[in-house]
Amino acid sequence: MTADVENAISVTGLTKRFSGRTVVDDFDMQVPKGAIYGFLGPNGSGKTTTIRMMCGLLTPDAGQGACLGYDILTEQAKIKARVGYMTQKFSLYEDLTIRENLDFIARMFAVPDRRSRVTETLADLGLTDRAGQLAGTLSGGWKQRLALAACMIHDPQLLLLDEPTAGVDPKARRDFWDEIRKLSAAGVTVLVSTHYMDEAIQCDFIAYIAYGKKLISGVAAEIPKMIGLSTYRVTGPDITALETRLRAEDAVAQVARFGAVLHVSGTDAAALDALAARMKGPQKWERKEAELEEAFIYLMSGAADNFSGAAA
Amino acid sequence: MTFDFSPGRFLAVLSKEFVQMRRDRITFVMMIGVPIMQLLIFGYAINSDPRHLPTLVEMADEGPITRAILSGMETSTFFDFQGVVTGPGEGDRALRDGTANFVVVIPPDFERDVLRGLKPDILVEADGTDPTAIGGAAGAMPGIIDTAMAATLTGPLATAARPAAPFGVTVHRAYNPEGETSLNIVPGLLAVILSMTMVMITAVAIVREGERGTMETLIATPVRPAEVMAGKIAPYVLVGYVQTLVFLILARALFGVPFTGSPLAFFVGFNLFIVVNLALGFLISTVARSQMQAMQVSFFTLLPTILLSGFMFPFAAMPGWAQTIGSAIPATHFLRLVRKVMLKGADLSDVMGNVIAILLILLVISAIAMRRYRQTLD
Ligand SMILES: Nc1ncnc2c1ncn2[C@@H]1O[C@H](COP(=O)(O)OP(=O)(O)OP(=O)(O)O)[C@@H](O)[C@H]1O
Ligand SMILES: [Mg+2]
Repeated sequence: MTADVENAISVTGLTKRFSGRTVVDDFDMQVPKGAIYGFLGPNGSGKTTTIRMMCGLLTPDAGQGACLGYDILTEQAKIKARVGYMTQKFSLYEDLTIRENLDFIARMFAVPDRRSRVTETLADLGLTDRAGQLAGTLSGGWKQRLALAACMIHDPQLLLLDEPTAGVDPKARRDFWDEIRKLSAAGVTVLVSTHYMDEAIQCDFIAYIAYGKKLISGVAAEIPKMIGLSTYRVTGPDITALETRLRAEDAVAQVARFGAVLHVSGTDAAALDALAARMKGPQKWERKEAELEEAFIYLMSGAADNFSGAAA
Repeated sequence: MTFDFSPGRFLAVLSKEFVQMRRDRITFVMMIGVPIMQLLIFGYAINSDPRHLPTLVEMADEGPITRAILSGMETSTFFDFQGVVTGPGEGDRALRDGTANFVVVIPPDFERDVLRGLKPDILVEADGTDPTAIGGAAGAMPGIIDTAMAATLTGPLATAARPAAPFGVTVHRAYNPEGETSLNIVPGLLAVILSMTMVMITAVAIVREGERGTMETLIATPVRPAEVMAGKIAPYVLVGYVQTLVFLILARALFGVPFTGSPLAFFVGFNLFIVVNLALGFLISTVARSQMQAMQVSFFTLLPTILLSGFMFPFAAMPGWAQTIGSAIPATHFLRLVRKVMLKGADLSDVMGNVIAILLILLVISAIAMRRYRQTLD
């Protein structure tokens, strides 16, 4: 395998089957060095499985690739030493204290100057006075933050974060993303899976996976265009009744409600325009750019079945 | 794949295990408490050679010979005289409802008949439903009667001393003339205790990582499987040492079990046995998905260890198929080794056969375990 200098991750044809069921199917992904790459998809679509294959925790049934230039099939040890992987489920030791957990992970990675590094991490987390508390007694959000700190303790070149901010409060999430951007600027590559749209928007690139197949991937800002959605923003009275009527229309692929506002989208722009003209009533219809949010609701709603060709 | 074993990571895993062991109070207490409890239960409570069995006497005659026999029975500690019955019906009833294990019937004119050399019969009726309960006592009867008669009758009359108890298997108990069960059972118990704790604790400790999900974090680090294994197993080897030490001290202090053989032979066999149990625990951990399962499978392996190893029942008395299964159990060989070393004064060359047998089993178990061990999550 030749080292890929441009990409931190480059995999092709990754396939994983669990007892005959294909969970990840012919998956390709290129993550440029230093990028923040968002990994999206509904529950059970295969995100965690894919990430595990990339860092050598699972052996793919087919496909190959490289992580930081090392073969994912044969050079797992080298990959593990340079990657920080944060698991979706809290997987530090609940019966060890916060400090003991950090210290243990640091020892696993032979972090130089370990003690001061651990103390520093504790201070960054704001957990210095609770260092002696058992990790299992932390609240859910704090567990996430501890796990995140633990997977970064050895200054990895690549971070694989599996839903790192699930259950984390908004302030901590913002801090987290500030930190991610800082790392990215310093050249660290970040692959992050998430279900939050506001986080997806912060990514440079996005891949969307459903039923183990990658549906689309590319520069985040271009995703809605790639899907080819046209959207109207509808405001006014009797929105609820209108919503029900619109759902029955062929030209409408999806209606998403945001408070008192409807976002009506369809793939056929002309048909949607005609509909907008026909439905004009007490409500106000405005043409708008389709955003990531609509794009993903559209993808997740399963309307994706007849979607093709846009995959990068 | 290069073989690199990092002492740093091994020590990290080791100290983590120790911290976890220390925090897991119940398991920790169990590891030391259970062996002591078992020792006490098996040593004192479970007695396959029971004594002080309730006995009734039906006396149709009385005299110095009768008294000598009865007191001989009582001092043998097998029999505990509860009272005198007046007729055959009462004795039978006591046997049937279990209030007595034995009824001793002294026939009429017994004293006179003995003196006349008529060889009268003393009838000892025994409750035969529990052969092990009465076996020892029944076996001891002829001897007791002989002794009693010999003491009472001297001179020419001694020839008349031939009562006819229709039972009489003389039990020859080498190395344990008193027939004390504890001497035999206590060394064997070491095999059972080590099997139980070593297998179960290792299996559970390894499976725990998988069940709690910490395995995912662990194998995402550069740690090598050998480092994890060594680091996880070493603390439990130490536990095995502590258990054995406590055990030997208690066996000596409470039951007076001697240690007559070579310490070296014991040491070799004992270390080998610990390793074989750890390997078995490791093998179980590759099969079990949860700590509960690991526990159950460990218990499952414990059953043949107790029943077929010769711990509970004499190995030689088992049917052929059971002996075949028993020979595949490491405890069978360790048990023989310990009994030989502790009770029979064996040295290393005497137990070489047992050592080799354990080694063979170890090879087979390790080979299977290594084939089954996965370094990934799938
Ligand atoms: N070890 C396993 N054995 C069998 N099936 C598995 C295993 N791991 C995952 N799966 C299955 O693979 C599919 C994909 O799971 P995966 O965890 O990768 O999804 P995900 O995209 O991470 O979902 P979520 O958003 O809920 O975290 C699921 O249907 C899951 O049941
Ligand atoms: Mg997942």
